[in-house]
Amino acid sequence: MRLALREVWTAFRRAPGLGVLSVFTIAFSLFAVGLFGLVAFNTRLALERLEERVEIRAYVTEGTEADAVAAAVGDVRAFPEVASVTYVTPEDALKKARTEMAEFQDVFEPEFLPASLEVRLKPGMRSPEMVKAVSDRLKGYNFVDDVRYGEEWVQKFYSVRRAATAAGVVLGIAFAFAAMIIIGSTIRTSVLARSNEIGIMRLVGATDGFIRAPFLIDGLLKGLIGGIMAVALMWVTRAALTATVFAFQFFPTPVLLAGIATGAVIGLLGSAVSVGRQLKRV
Amino acid sequence: MSSGPPIVKFTSVTKSWQRGSGGLQKVSFAIGKGEFAFLTGPSGAGKSTILKLCYMDELPTGGEVRVSGTSSLNAKRIEISKLRRKLGIVFQNFRLLEDRTAWANVAFALEVTGTGAKAIPARVQKVLERVGLGPKMQAMPSELSGGEQQRVAIARALVNDPFLLLADEPTGNLDDRASRAVFGLLKEINASGTAVMMATHDLDLVRSSGFRSLELNKGALVYDSAEAPLPEREH
Repeated sequence: MRLALREVWTAFRRAPGLGVLSVFTIAFSLFAVGLFGLVAFNTRLALERLEERVEIRAYVTEGTEADAVAAAVGDVRAFPEVASVTYVTPEDALKKARTEMAEFQDVFEPEFLPASLEVRLKPGMRSPEMVKAVSDRLKGYNFVDDVRYGEEWVQKFYSVRRAATAAGVVLGIAFAFAAMIIIGSTIRTSVLARSNEIGIMRLVGATDGFIRAPFLIDGLLKGLIGGIMAVALMWVTRAALTATVFAFQFFPTPVLLAGIATGAVIGLLGSAVSVGRQLKRV
Repeated sequence: MSSGPPIVKFTSVTKSWQRGSGGLQKVSFAIGKGEFAFLTGPSGAGKSTILKLCYMDELPTGGEVRVSGTSSLNAKRIEISKLRRKLGIVFQNFRLLEDRTAWANVAFALEVTGTGAKAIPARVQKVLERVGLGPKMQAMPSELSGGEQQRVAIARALVNDPFLLLADEPTGNLDDRASRAVFGLLKEINASGTAVMMATHDLDLVRSSGFRSLELNKGALVYDSAEAPLPEREH
């Protein structure tokens, strides 16, 4: 182990340029993937916030007894999809309308607006089909006059979300592939630069495991350092974007750690494959 | 010649490559313990292939190569590694690590085969002195002459006390004087009990030495001086 570490250090000292170049290549490849991931992550957060606005409004027929409505609220709350139900009286509706819409400023008779039930659904249960199913069930109550949920909006929102998810997955895979190819060829170059050494080690009788060890450590370290650098670059970029464009959310810590681990694993695997090829040749 | 079982035995060895050229055809011979044998013949005759088969860098496509109990028929990679620790291998182009001193090049062979760190300095020093490089231990290969670089390579080959030294045209890149000196060193090594197989183009050296010679042509063993005296002929 000590010898393997010394070999890693010797190799780095001999060609520091190549070592630094490999680390930078890994860092920037992972940075590109990470940056894309950051945009995808923030898009997703934004869409989730938008999705929270999906609501169903059931208008209550004028003159319905408050008790009947209250009993129904209990029922609706028990629907598996439903997160919350709020009974909005004509007075509340007017208050809200007056604050939100200028044309209601001069209206003072609450009877003008019908009472309604404002139904919000649980996360993950807001697809057009589920929204429609809940609204149909609400229509079944005889005191419900009309149910609205912005059908068109919900459908558009979901097709945008689907498109964003598909684009994210496809681009993400493409980016990850590109990064792996770039990192792989960088590591291969650094292994090739030492093919003479590998050949001599084989000739004097070093075992495959012994020859591999310094390269695996080297790949692991480069991937690890590259991964940490990529996270640092992303953090700086996020700070710059937040200061100039809008508040970007950063990845949660487990995702960052997984990203760094991915760098290390790519470095390790890349080295293992490249050394394996070299070992086959000598 | 020596008595006892051979340390190298080629039995009807054939080697061919997909790309077609070169190779060996049904080559059989044996090398005894402590023997010195030349491999001669024109370029492409198969001299280097025989040496590569001895250290199992190549495996035969037919027949069997047996080197000190390790058979090409069933040798695992780990066994090949272990076999190589008991062989010394020297090339025409030296194959030294250019970024390390003569001392470190020799020590490398011990380190990568797991020799304890404490034992290394004394063994390296002893072998470098043996090849006459005592005063230049700390020189980089680029600071050494061709003959001196080949001595470093020989020292590296000897440091694990091999029973067989394989030398592929070790004097091919050297001038006459350096060649004679390197050959003298190989003879000394042989005199101390290590068998030597040396590929060479230098027929004068072969004739004057009186050692056994195996002549190859187009992959076939065409002459073995152990079976008949070396004829006078032009090459």
